[in-house]
Amino acid sequence: MGIRKRRNAAAPPLEPVAGNGLLDRRALLGRGIVFAGAMSTGVGTSLTSAAAEPLKNDQWSLEMGSVVPPYQVPSRFEKDVIRTRSNPNNEFRNSHARTPHHLLQGTVTPNGLFFSISHSGLPDIDPAQHKLVIHGLVKQPLVYTVESLSRYPMVSRMHFVECSGNSAPMFSNEPLQATAQALHGLCSNAEWTGVLLSTLLEETGIDPKAKWLFAEGADSLGLHRSVPMKKALDDAMIALYQNGERIQPGNGYPMRLLLPGYQGNMNVKHVRRIKLIDQPAMSFFESKTYSQILPDGKMWLFHFAQEVKSFITQPSFGHSLKGPGFYEISGIAYSGNGRISKVMVSADGGKSWAQAALQAPVNPKAFTRFRMPWRWDGQPVVLQSRAWDESGAVQPLRAEFVAARGQTSAPVTSPLAFPNQHYNSITSWGIDSTGGIKHVYA
Amino acid sequence: MSTREPIFALVLALTFGGTAAAESPGLGKPITEADIAAWNIEVLPDGTGLPPGSGTAAQGAVVYSQKCAMCHGENGVNPRPGYAALVSPPKFDRIDAFKSVTYYKYATTLFDVMRRSMPYQMPKTLTNEELYALSAYILALNKIIGESEVMDAKTLPQVKMPNRDNFIIWDPNRI
Repeated sequence: MGIRKRRNAAAPPLEPVAGNGLLDRRALLGRGIVFAGAMSTGVGTSLTSAAAEPLKNDQWSLEMGSVVPPYQVPSRFEKDVIRTRSNPNNEFRNSHARTPHHLLQGTVTPNGLFFSISHSGLPDIDPAQHKLVIHGLVKQPLVYTVESLSRYPMVSRMHFVECSGNSAPMFSNEPLQATAQALHGLCSNAEWTGVLLSTLLEETGIDPKAKWLFAEGADSLGLHRSVPMKKALDDAMIALYQNGERIQPGNGYPMRLLLPGYQGNMNVKHVRRIKLIDQPAMSFFESKTYSQILPDGKMWLFHFAQEVKSFITQPSFGHSLKGPGFYEISGIAYSGNGRISKVMVSADGGKSWAQAALQAPVNPKAFTRFRMPWRWDGQPVVLQSRAWDESGAVQPLRAEFVAARGQTSAPVTSPLAFPNQHYNSITSWGIDSTGGIKHVYA
Repeated sequence: MSTREPIFALVLALTFGGTAAAESPGLGKPITEADIAAWNIEVLPDGTGLPPGSGTAAQGAVVYSQKCAMCHGENGVNPRPGYAALVSPPKFDRIDAFKSVTYYKYATTLFDVMRRSMPYQMPKTLTNEELYALSAYILALNKIIGESEVMDAKTLPQVKMPNRDNFIIWDPNRI
């Protein structure tokens, strides 16, 4: 379900629809009615009552600006809106760079801020030399190049990619005090353009004995992952472009396998080989890293789909509220099962909930921005979001999640830790009466 | 649509041996499996892909101390900070228990990851003999095989890993 369009601009209800000041989401469509309403109640005037300073011309209004660069970068005043890195000196180990969700809006992750995990650095691939071979249980093995694939019919689709270790610090038995970037930054969203894998498999032909394929990268580890043929023939893509430009080196230049909704590691970057096989390869990453230990001592294999999830990005840890009044709560929801159907928001730690507005279009297996008007009265609150998807799946409450998946026995102290995988429970931000924000469990 | 387009598509399909879909450009270049050999290095759980050769733990100990110990630690324990030990008990009683070789469902995973990814700073340089010897050494250090067992294309896939029967498939309907 998308945003319900209310053509009649009858004054939306301004009374809270859930505890601690959550307002009706339809107020967001009311063209300023919320603000007028908020002021009429006398709450929020601390933001607007002081008269503005007289206006003057600043220096940038009085002289010619700087040269227009060939490839532009953000203003120098945005220097803190960057990825946080786990291995800035490129030591002989993997490197993570996390997306600063708490400093971004909308649904598209800028390419420079798209999260990246590289297990052996970024390969410096010459696209003129790169080749993709498809072989194994096919009728005719074929080799493709960037140039040849560029002549194929392409599709453009919005999809998130999420490391299944995203949010892993939340397996901690105590809430780690960290930003949405540190907790949830291994997930980003882009418009991907490329050639459907099914198009290429039609050309190679498929031996009916093929039940899986594996994709292998051109990186020094030759990272490879097994994929069920069912998924390969559904919506898998050889992606060549990310938000309109060639894929970034950290995201798979010059081509990656895109498996919408599946755990990030399977979306093999720098893909150079796809082999159709009759059994899963049981590669290092599917055998160990991305197999999860369950509380009963069993281990899950092949937990491919990223389950329905949401978290509030504004306001969140790292921000502070500047006094009572109107705020828009907003955040990101997504599901590897398809479209987000509903997001509920609570300001009282889950005692009462109100339905958030979903920013259209709501794309399947893609970030959906949700918004909730809120009038804060200055008392302590706990903000939460909870998402549903079109398959009927619902984001589990923390107690439900911990009962099924467990938590650590000692607190996790580093946001770089991966105690387990596939955390998709809710995130709670506790706001105190001074406007300070903490990560809490509620 | 002009009447020439379907004819053109048909010609394309015939030109490419009938494997090209009618609406597809058919620009993939045919290649033989022999010409893929340099990349065709994966080993599957049933042993498919294992090369000729063999090795023992004693032989592997020598290779290990030269090419692996500087990161993974002498005898597979006490690795450099930030690097993984290769010897650990198959004890997974916590959701955040340390996972290493004893976690794998199949011994072929060990051979495959060494063959494609190790040593980290010069991957794909180990010989087949070295790979079998290292497999034997690391499996013996973990007491999964005996000290004198020979690893080769026949014996390696038959190694029963200690954690093999503890895995369950998350959702069989989605595979």
